[in-house]
Amino acid sequence: MKETPLSNCERVFLLKSIEQKKRLDGRQTYDYRDIKITFGTDYGCCTVSLGKTRVLAQVSCELVPPKDSRPTEGLMFFNLELSPMASPSFQSNRQSELLVTLNRQLERCLRNSRCIDTESLCVISGEKVWQIRVDVHVLNHDGNLMDAASVAAISALCHFRRPEVAIQGRDITVFSPEERDPVPLSVYHMPICVSFAFFQQGTYLLVDPCEKEELVMDGLLVIAMNKHREICSIQSSGGIMLLKDQVLRCSKIASVKVSEITELITKALENDRRVRKEGGKFGFAESIAKERITVLTREEAPLEVTDVQATADEIISKADAPPKTVPSPVIVANGTGQVGEGLQNTWGLEEDDEEEEMSDVTEREKKKDEVMVISDSEEEEVVILNQDDQSKRS
Amino acid sequence: MAGLELLSDQGYRLDGRKATELRKVQARMGVFGQADGSAYMEQGNTKALAVVYGPHEVRGSRSKSLHDRAVINCQYSMATFSTAERKRRPHGDRKSSEMSLHLKQTFEAAVLTQLYPRSQIDIYVKILQSDGGNYSACVNAATLALVDAGIPMRDYVCACTAGFVEDTPLADLCHAEESGGGTTLSLALLPRSENIALVQMDARLHQDHLPALMEAAAVACKGLSKVLDSVVRQHLQEVSVQTRE
Repeated sequence: MKETPLSNCERVFLLKSIEQKKRLDGRQTYDYRDIKITFGTDYGCCTVSLGKTRVLAQVSCELVPPKDSRPTEGLMFFNLELSPMASPSFQSNRQSELLVTLNRQLERCLRNSRCIDTESLCVISGEKVWQIRVDVHVLNHDGNLMDAASVAAISALCHFRRPEVAIQGRDITVFSPEERDPVPLSVYHMPICVSFAFFQQGTYLLVDPCEKEELVMDGLLVIAMNKHREICSIQSSGGIMLLKDQVLRCSKIASVKVSEITELITKALENDRRVRKEGGKFGFAESIAKERITVLTREEAPLEVTDVQATADEIISKADAPPKTVPSPVIVANGTGQVGEGLQNTWGLEEDDEEEEMSDVTEREKKKDEVMVISDSEEEEVVILNQDDQSKRS
Repeated sequence: MAGLELLSDQGYRLDGRKATELRKVQARMGVFGQADGSAYMEQGNTKALAVVYGPHEVRGSRSKSLHDRAVINCQYSMATFSTAERKRRPHGDRKSSEMSLHLKQTFEAAVLTQLYPRSQIDIYVKILQSDGGNYSACVNAATLALVDAGIPMRDYVCACTAGFVEDTPLADLCHAEESGGGTTLSLALLPRSENIALVQMDARLHQDHLPALMEAAAVACKGLSKVLDSVVRQHLQEVSVQTRE
């Protein structure tokens, strides 16, 4: 299926709002969406959700003969896949432009920056080395796949452990995890991509564009950095004109974002390690909240909260004082409550329901209070008007 | 490769150049009769051939045509004999499709595509010999070919690479310098407005060194633009003399 084009009014709306420094999801210009990193039960498996974008990375390894040109270095292989599951515009088994750019960017970000010590992956020089394969699958596409993919890939690489090997002469013994503890890869640094979207010929810039923003953007600049403020790759795309200062400014923003994300990854790794050590439950299944309706849930709409206090104060000052006599709840039996005048509750109450009932009652109480205030003021207004009328008539 | 000294104490590089010195640039325009525009470019030992067809009607599926501007179609390929090891696939692998994409994006930014709605411009580039800076040689060759075809552009697009060794930026890297694993920055610049049409960087570089590296690349690009300009002028002179006769 071809990608549904964005309607003109949507496009104009988006661009107008970007001009006013506003974004659809209520973020600021340089804000990232929420990043969540979870690890699977196996080593080297990791999902990253960046807002609604979800990406899964899986690292695996195998013993292969090395390249002739570099007999003592292990191999790194990256493969990113856009499954049609993630977005209807993705077609399987097709080399789309997006796929090529994402794959190459991932390769350049992680392989060319030499973040993994490939020499430590050598088993017998010139004969057997480890090939580390990183498969990244896009599960849901809501913009900024590159950043999500790079975070997922590097987290998975940090999490991964390869089997221990022993060499006797020419024989290689690969130990299963039960026999000997698997060894982690030696990761020198963690490069993370940060994407900048440019609008209106480079006048406006946004960090972490969502899918809609990606549809209206003019061009993209991806900067990969690590927390030591070293730039691992820069790539501009989309046929825009940039100025040198813009690139330098973006690199400064990227360094801040990268240090934040790196901290998040280390925290997530630390968490996982602790839970594994303590023998607690871990893995994807544990990270998903159970018995929750996810289909019809609606995210909280972002609200403008800049002048809430002022508005609230204004309303309170205008409103009438709350009534001094609040009906006290009548307690009929243990664990029951009643507000106002109603019939006595004759329902048989079970002990299990106690807590719920209690909270219900308190909620009801609150609601009644609010209702009473509103109705009171209305009634009074009506009364005053009538009085006026009457006084005029008389 | 660790033993290779990229910059000697006297400030000379592997091939005897100074840090900011470019390799010898030679170029010719109008090398093919059939094409609308063509050019041959040599930057040191890197040799590239570019051919431009168009603007013409959109070929293939009509759905690709754009109502407000021209489509630019690029194909990058490397001759099988261009590298030390014989290449199996001249085009179609990940690296060359990425390169095609980058060339396309570069020229979408530089060519005044809105003058030719519903049409297509084809740019075919072939690397005959690869010795570092393939992307920049391709861009420079394609620019000359576009000029030869008479397609209006905002400015010359000049591309050059720059590297960074021991706190010194090196301009226009050769293959040995590129494959050493150091930083490589490719920059496609429109020299008059100093607009960047494409920037790409590989390998690690500290943030503080970026301004110096970009400056070095920009200076190299401007130097190249002078050479390209003289090539165009010389070509025009030759052509005008021929037509007079």
